[in-house]
Amino acid sequence: MNLTLKVWRQKDAKSPGRMVEYQAANIIPDMSFLEMLDVVNEGLIARGEEPIAFDSDCREGICGTCSLVINGIAHGGQRGTTACQLHMRHFQDGQTITIEPWRAKSFPVLKDLVTDRGAFDRIIQAGGFVSVNTGGTPDANALPVAKVDSDRAMDAAACIGCGACVAACKNASAMLFVSAKVSHLALLPQGKVERNQRVLNMVQQMDAEGFGNCTVTGSCEAVCPKEISLDFIARLNREYGKALLKGATGHKETV
Amino acid sequence: MSITNVFTSSIGKKYIMALTGMALFLFVVLHLLGNLQVFLGPEVLNRYGAFLQGNVELLWPARIVLLILVGLHIWSAIKLSAENKAARPQPYAQQELAAASYASRTMLMSGLIIAAFIVYHLLHFTVQVTAVNLTGKDFTKLMDAKQQHDVFAMMVTGFKQPVVVGAYVVAMFLLFLHLSHGVGAMFQSLGWKNPAHGPLIARFAEIISWFIFLGYISIPIAILLGYGSSYEGLTK
Ligand code: FES
Repeated sequence: MNLTLKVWRQKDAKSPGRMVEYQAANIIPDMSFLEMLDVVNEGLIARGEEPIAFDSDCREGICGTCSLVINGIAHGGQRGTTACQLHMRHFQDGQTITIEPWRAKSFPVLKDLVTDRGAFDRIIQAGGFVSVNTGGTPDANALPVAKVDSDRAMDAAACIGCGACVAACKNASAMLFVSAKVSHLALLPQGKVERNQRVLNMVQQMDAEGFGNCTVTGSCEAVCPKEISLDFIARLNREYGKALLKGATGHKETV
Repeated sequence: MSITNVFTSSIGKKYIMALTGMALFLFVVLHLLGNLQVFLGPEVLNRYGAFLQGNVELLWPARIVLLILVGLHIWSAIKLSAENKAARPQPYAQQELAAASYASRTMLMSGLIIAAFIVYHLLHFTVQVTAVNLTGKDFTKLMDAKQQHDVFAMMVTGFKQPVVVGAYVVAMFLLFLHLSHGVGAMFQSLGWKNPAHGPLIARFAEIISWFIFLGYISIPIAILLGYGSSYEGLTK
């Protein structure tokens, strides 16, 4: 396959960036999107040019590091798929492909296609954890959890924190990410104790980071590689309202 | 952290947006049901008009509450939109919105045009400024046999003007667009949605938006097509 790439190049966080055109020649359809970029980079290095910087780690769709907006869609538009799991057979020979970084004030571009997603880490630090040390893996059924709750908690916990929801949202809102984290912990007994404080703190941090507001358009859910549902945002809204009414310490002491 | 966070936090402002939206939505439904009495004839409609106008102690508090609701709805909309704009200073060179519907992307615009329409509508039928009704008649002078304000004659005279009817139909279409996204979204913003009854809410939003649109435009269009033309109150 031969492709034309239009790639966002930006020297560093301070410099302005621009779209630059490259030719990707002799691409094998079974390559992943990132392997295609590796091939292009080898060519650039051979010519003595600066390779295109992009993030990746596991390359098997589980870490959430890869973060490319491909032809205007975060992760390229194949449902439930990260960019690293997207294969070149989904493109046509001779096609022009635009590649941009996640664009949000809260995710500043560090270089080319690499963004700083520290904002997500700070949201987690604000409350996305359980304070008590819960020890080793408990015996099965030692702690009763209803099947519906465990299933829903697992659905939420599937979030890999890649940030595609922010990238796809017309408002650069982080609600899907925050809702997944809040829901996953609030549904389980270990996380329930701190649920009020957690949701208040995480939303406060989310707002402080400068993310936009949810207008229920559903673009986040459509691009999410883990197919986290918009229903979790409704759950987050519910959790937040309850926490505001009850106050941060409005939970029952369990010991 | 206290309840005042409703005014400062992102989710809090969405609550304000949703709650005021819900109250205004209920008003829109009641207003429609009231107005549809035009099809029950002049007597019923004029009695209804006299009933509303006769309760000044209720009329003005209701108007003030509505004004506050509209004010809060617009305030939260502008605040939230400004924050949303600021959240992405560098736009994409190419962006495909993966799901966002046309209605969801144009909420601010449809809302602001509807607000402008409400001003016109109030001048037209509430304040009854002769200059805006394009008929040259003074609506405040219309009285029926019982010496009540002749609302029926006012509506029939007012909606004989195709230009005015056109403006009302366009405004109601925008209201339809606004509600087709807004009604479902308000349940979501308030957290009153779950996977079980989510589809039901979506269906309800669709049906009620159509009902409101068709209900409202039926009045001016019926009048333009001749409904009420034989009413004797018109000749005065
Ligand atoms: S590189 Fe780990 S998910 Fe793509």
